[in-house]
Amino acid sequence: MKTGVVRFPGTCDEVDAQLAAAMVGDTVILWHGDRDLQGVDAIIVPGGFSYGDHLRVGAIARFAPMMESVAAFARDGGPVLGICNGFQILCEAGLLPGALLPNVSLRFICRQVDLDVANTATAFTRACVPGAKLSIPIKHTTGRYYAPEATLDALEADGQVILRYAPGHNPNGSQRDIAGVINDRGNVCGLMPHPEHAVDDLTGSSDGLRLFESMRDHVADASVVA
Amino acid sequence: MPALSPEQSSPSAHRALGLTDAEFALIIEKMGREPNVVELAMFSLLWSEHCAYKHSKKLLGLLPTEGPKVLMGPGENAGAVDIGGGLALAFKVESHNHPSAVEPFQGAATGVGGILRDIFAVGARPIAILDSLRFGEPTSPRSRYLLERAVAGIGHYGNSIGVATIGGEVYFEGPYEQNCLINAMALGIADRDKLIRSAAAGVGNIVILFGALTGRDGIGGASVLASAELDEADQSKRPSVQIGDPFEEKKLLECSLDLLDRELLVALQDLGAAGLTSSASEMASKGEVGIDIDVARVPLREADMEPFEIMVSESQERMLCVVEPARVDEVLAVCAHWEVNATAIGEVTERRFMRILVGDVVVGDVAVEALVDDCPLYDLSPQEPSHPIYPAPPRTLDSQDPQEILVALLACANIASRRAIFEQYDCLVQSRTVRRPEQADAAVLVLPGGSAIAVSIDCNGRRVACDPYRGAIEAVLECAANLACVGAQPLGLTNCLNFGNPEKPHIAWQLTRSIEGLAAACAAVGAPVVGGNVSLYNEGNEGPIYPTPVVGIVGELPSAGGAGRLGFAREGDVIALVGAFDPTLPGSELAKLYGQELPQGLPNSPTLEVAAAAIEALREAVRAGGLASAHDIAEGGFGVALAECCLASAIGARIDCGPAVGDGDDLRALFGESAAGFIVSGPIAAIEALPEVLAARLCGEVGGDRLTITVGAAQIDVALGDLHAAWSQGLASATA
Repeated sequence: MKTGVVRFPGTCDEVDAQLAAAMVGDTVILWHGDRDLQGVDAIIVPGGFSYGDHLRVGAIARFAPMMESVAAFARDGGPVLGICNGFQILCEAGLLPGALLPNVSLRFICRQVDLDVANTATAFTRACVPGAKLSIPIKHTTGRYYAPEATLDALEADGQVILRYAPGHNPNGSQRDIAGVINDRGNVCGLMPHPEHAVDDLTGSSDGLRLFESMRDHVADASVVA
Repeated sequence: MPALSPEQSSPSAHRALGLTDAEFALIIEKMGREPNVVELAMFSLLWSEHCAYKHSKKLLGLLPTEGPKVLMGPGENAGAVDIGGGLALAFKVESHNHPSAVEPFQGAATGVGGILRDIFAVGARPIAILDSLRFGEPTSPRSRYLLERAVAGIGHYGNSIGVATIGGEVYFEGPYEQNCLINAMALGIADRDKLIRSAAAGVGNIVILFGALTGRDGIGGASVLASAELDEADQSKRPSVQIGDPFEEKKLLECSLDLLDRELLVALQDLGAAGLTSSASEMASKGEVGIDIDVARVPLREADMEPFEIMVSESQERMLCVVEPARVDEVLAVCAHWEVNATAIGEVTERRFMRILVGDVVVGDVAVEALVDDCPLYDLSPQEPSHPIYPAPPRTLDSQDPQEILVALLACANIASRRAIFEQYDCLVQSRTVRRPEQADAAVLVLPGGSAIAVSIDCNGRRVACDPYRGAIEAVLECAANLACVGAQPLGLTNCLNFGNPEKPHIAWQLTRSIEGLAAACAAVGAPVVGGNVSLYNEGNEGPIYPTPVVGIVGELPSAGGAGRLGFAREGDVIALVGAFDPTLPGSELAKLYGQELPQGLPNSPTLEVAAAAIEALREAVRAGGLASAHDIAEGGFGVALAECCLASAIGARIDCGPAVGDGDDLRALFGESAAGFIVSGPIAAIEALPEVLAARLCGEVGGDRLTITVGAAQIDVALGDLHAAWSQGLASATA
């Protein structure tokens, strides 16, 4: 599997995302100003502060030339994972439902949290056992997941809420403890926790690796089908 | 010589810019004429305390700067040591005190931005930030405001630029009420043979300014703000504070490292205090060349800036580089790729003058040597004060009950959990952080190949106020002890000397004795000084700050996986008090809670040699791998250190030190402070294997959910939940 990691001006976690994705395959950096996806099998839109968070988080990055290619890739069913700022960008781009609002505390928070995997039958969580708990850090100022109640009901009914903060671990006031969602087709995922910072016990946890393994397995199956 | 443009400065202009009459006379002598407005502005900055170190340079010569691992010592943008594997570690600490006292968010943010530029200016990628902060008591609304905004500013810059803030320290003491301290330390790694120096070279080479536009922000910051005492009119100095933009710096960082990676640069320098004036003349001085700068070519934020304003603007996020003419187009193309402004603004000349032009008109022409090297250096007139300089702290505790004292200490601002602060910082980005805040006494970062570096920053200013010589020694010992607890051996040291007005004899005495203490301690623990910063004139209306020689030490350890932890780990492990612990109460945190006067002098015990030997032995014991935990005993003494070991991993302990020893003063034994004492835990075999020099005293066992301590007649028996409540809320309530 070859994973492309998008880099905008102000992106910070692209190297971490590359290191994590490199544990399950090849990786390449996708420059914001380019359009060529270089034949990648999966895309990560990583965390950071694209365009300095100017205007509104993720609001400028969605207009980058590379995002046109990412959107086309997603329309074709390719797996796209947005982490933190990546999640914010995918929401701004209309590739995921809902929006991210400032934390209830109005502060940046960096904290290791426990997550409950709410759906293990997805391209991003299939390597998790049902009922799995993951220890993964969050770090953001704008991570409170918001969507209209009807949308939330539909997301839950369709199994599109794939990660929740474990009871007592919701750091930002997200509705229904939502930490990660997928689109209705299941190929685009956004989450506020940083699985790329949890791929080695030496640095705290390796639970985040399950997400990258899931993407690898998904891509392998898809290529067999193709 | 072409005619100099108009405008001679007014007769007393130099005084408003912070130069003395004698200094002004010397400038005229060196120039052979009166300086014009542009030249005087340049002199006033380069001859300021902040840039010229005119009251400290002679003393700094006492510090040891050489060692087997030192690659780059003082004088460059940052020092660097060899960390093996072909890699160099660059690091430095710097102050941003006065800007932060005037505008804490931007002051602290640009402090971080400035120290990061120092790191990538030597060609190293910044990997970590630490902060050393001092405020007045958190009972003061002003202190809470400064704390809240400074922490937010640090987080805003460090988080946004993708460099992990992995550690730091904060103290709250009355003498910092008017004059807070914001010291930021950064570390970076580079290929050893790719470190770049800042000396301009190659007559005819082009000087390129790149990064943010130049505006009126920060004009006179180094001379007006940083080199004078603070007073009530400081709100009017807000325009002297620079405004930071971490997004611009993130692009500048990536662009600079890309330029270096492509080997396109002859020299690189950041623009910090005194802006273009300082960076260009220092590059020229080091390269023994001159530089012509055409200010008409400098891209401006405001159209109508005067030449002198352009030369001294402290607008942030700018760098200056020297490039061979044939590579200029390539350099501009790389800058364009990163969306960074870049403009050729001058060239390297043979004649060793800084010549400032507006197009073809010369508006300033000063010998580089006069600017950079000829600033007079002053001898201090140190005199030990005959009476206490600082008032006794207010009394906040009456109880003599050991358990109530322990709870009060854990809740006090200098000891309580720092979680409310460090959770506002990204400590993870770049995936190197092996020990996060409150997991170990020092932060630990893994390196490619599995070895690791550790870093700690520390200084208890109250102890230095009690005894500048001994207090400075204790700051170094504390840092070295923190490193030892994770198994790291010192490689090098950086310091930030925060003091009051050195023209006053008692401050001169504090400064002199502290530097003497630092020099002795650096040699004893094997940590050469590779760089640092001096911040003087830290005084408010109510007097000077506590003398605060902040010390940052970096060290290496062979295996990241073997890094020590501070928390007790397993039920049944035995606990031992080890090292050269010799506690006393005067000058301690408990003495502060009791409102006691600072003692004039601290005991020289353990001696520096004995303490250094204990620290080294503890380090080797941690490296041997048998211990489950190791924690240095600091503020609050043995009792607080035990509680911290329990709270770090939510597991209790039963301690019985048997009948009273020595003078039978149980509170001294429980809460007295000293260097080089440690609490370790592990299987009995590991404790018994400790070398004699560590003088291990078995004193208890890990387990349960309570902390029980018996020392002589003193009894403590408290639920961890109660300790946690006090410890976790102590500072959180001040930051809410």
